[in-house]
Amino acid sequence: MSRYAAMFERLGGEGAFGAFMMLGDPDLETSAGVLHQAVDAGADMIEVGIPFSDPVADGPVIQAAAQRALAAGVRVGDCLDLIAALRSHHTDVPIGILTYANIVAARTGFMRDAAEAGADSLLIADVPSLEADPFARKMEQGGIEPVLIAAANTPDATVQRIARLSKAYIYCVSRAGITGTHAGGHFDSRLIGRLQAAGAPPAVFGFGISKPEHVRSAVSAGARGVICGSAIVEKVGLGEDVTELIRSLKAATRERLGAAMN
Amino acid sequence: MRLNGRFGRFGGCYVPEILVPALEQLEAAFLDAQDDPHFTSELNDLLANYAGRPTPLTRCRNLPGNIYLKREDLLHGGAHKTNQVLGQGLLARRMAKTRLIAETGAGQHGVATALVGALLGFETVIYMGAEDVERQQLNVFRMQLMGAEVIPVESGGRTLKDAINEALRDWSASFETTHYLLGTAAGPHPFPTMVREFQRVIGREARAQIVEQLERLPDAVVACVGGGSNAIGLFADFLDDSVQLIGVEAAGKGLDGDEHGATLLRGVRGILHGAETYLLQDDDGQITDTWSVSAGLDYPAVGPEHAHLKDSGRAEYVGATDAEALAAFKALAESEGIICAFESAHALAHALKLAQAEPNSAILVGLSGRGDKDVAQAERLLA
Repeated sequence: MSRYAAMFERLGGEGAFGAFMMLGDPDLETSAGVLHQAVDAGADMIEVGIPFSDPVADGPVIQAAAQRALAAGVRVGDCLDLIAALRSHHTDVPIGILTYANIVAARTGFMRDAAEAGADSLLIADVPSLEADPFARKMEQGGIEPVLIAAANTPDATVQRIARLSKAYIYCVSRAGITGTHAGGHFDSRLIGRLQAAGAPPAVFGFGISKPEHVRSAVSAGARGVICGSAIVEKVGLGEDVTELIRSLKAATRERLGAAMN
Repeated sequence: MRLNGRFGRFGGCYVPEILVPALEQLEAAFLDAQDDPHFTSELNDLLANYAGRPTPLTRCRNLPGNIYLKREDLLHGGAHKTNQVLGQGLLARRMAKTRLIAETGAGQHGVATALVGALLGFETVIYMGAEDVERQQLNVFRMQLMGAEVIPVESGGRTLKDAINEALRDWSASFETTHYLLGTAAGPHPFPTMVREFQRVIGREARAQIVEQLERLPDAVVACVGGGSNAIGLFADFLDDSVQLIGVEAAGKGLDGDEHGATLLRGVRGILHGAETYLLQDDDGQITDTWSVSAGLDYPAVGPEHAHLKDSGRAEYVGATDAEALAAFKALAESEGIICAFESAHALAHALKLAQAEPNSAILVGLSGRGDKDVAQAERLLA
């Protein structure tokens, strides 16, 4: 069983909490420390960005994190080393990579290298399901699970394709736009229903998750988990500790809204 | 998608999933409009009576050799950009969008988008690198005069590439009401195909004009390539002819160093801004900074059809340095009384080399834009 499947089974009805951090932000040593803190604070899954110079799906907070890492001279090889170091301490926590197509395309054997470092899944932000077949094939050959994005405006035929290609989980986009802490809160339970009907792997909401109430409403809408990115990355950028934020968001994955309990 | 959006292995539609429905809507509107005589007649009317088509074909009287200039510099707006913004503007209205967004480098595409926004009544927002805003104040004011809002982009290198990133981010949130009026034959499908079709008029006219004047086809067709829209528009109707097609990239301060914009000559395959194409990048796939004296050629990617024409061997790509372009800019002004854009001067610089080697060949040059925007810079560089 994959680490993601094992995690969802272990959590049962409790939502999975995913913490996103940019690898190498603001430098390799600090980044290694923050990754461990996130696991220790209770993150169920760790999602890591490999910095890219032109991150079109990201808002200002995550763009700035990628710029900090690149300015510190962080290379893709360093990012894989950070994953390997995290994996050596935490054998069970699922680790997913979120990055862009050109980073993957530029490195021969990226999928295998990522899998060998200990990563479990790969989401490529600028590869929609329309272009995903060759990437998904290479991921399966390399031993890493594809994660695709689904959004409220994704048509049914595309939802079917996303369900078929994705393995670890589905990254559901809670609203139009790019990553960022602003305007959280609308979680489309119809999208989750359509994904379930298509036999998709568990739906996890990203984009706009920064407060416990966002987590509660996402889990109440039927999500099997949430990923918080910008709110954590913002703290890293300010040099603040991430422990308390992650603890409070993780705690909210255990609290469904009253209406959904019935 | 109804078309496959590929040129050999290049092209495609590499965008976040959320933008795919917007691109599908655009492709459908574009294809349906091709079959709609009302669309075609309105576009042709605007091209003729608003923009000033057909543009002349001018044989150089005093420059050496046998050089013919396709005069897109005389088009309303000052460059070939106007051809395709009219097409996309009408498509945006057809899709019932109320807002246009666009990226711009030196400001030519921003000015073109602003004029179509004013003409057809759209709210218009132009993303422009903060560095370019400072360098091109005159064009910023032109856009504002026509009612567009210009947003300086502070991320990355603060130039064209970063303006495209920001426009894509805006569009990810706004596609329901907004059309992204991309400025060149690059980006995700359907932009490369659609922009080529709207720019094809350049080559269609030029081919008929040169056959009329010369009573034969030219030996070579030469155009500058940044994103590649004027070049693909000029080449398109010559692809099946036995005519040499030559794209001229910005060799900047020299192809041996890092300060150039010669994507096809020095780049490697990769994926950026929606398409698989050649890119200037490092070993890790990070996009590198480019340089050219002309902002319009200062771009680390290139339209995917040019990548295919290079690999298939149908077109040849060469470079012209800043110094060569500047010399051609000066020669054209002195010999023919025409002040062209620095971008177009790259094409002319190569044509002058060809004319020297083979004085009898007939060379068709795409003079993509006029040089008003470059005059202040030229004054400093030629001092």
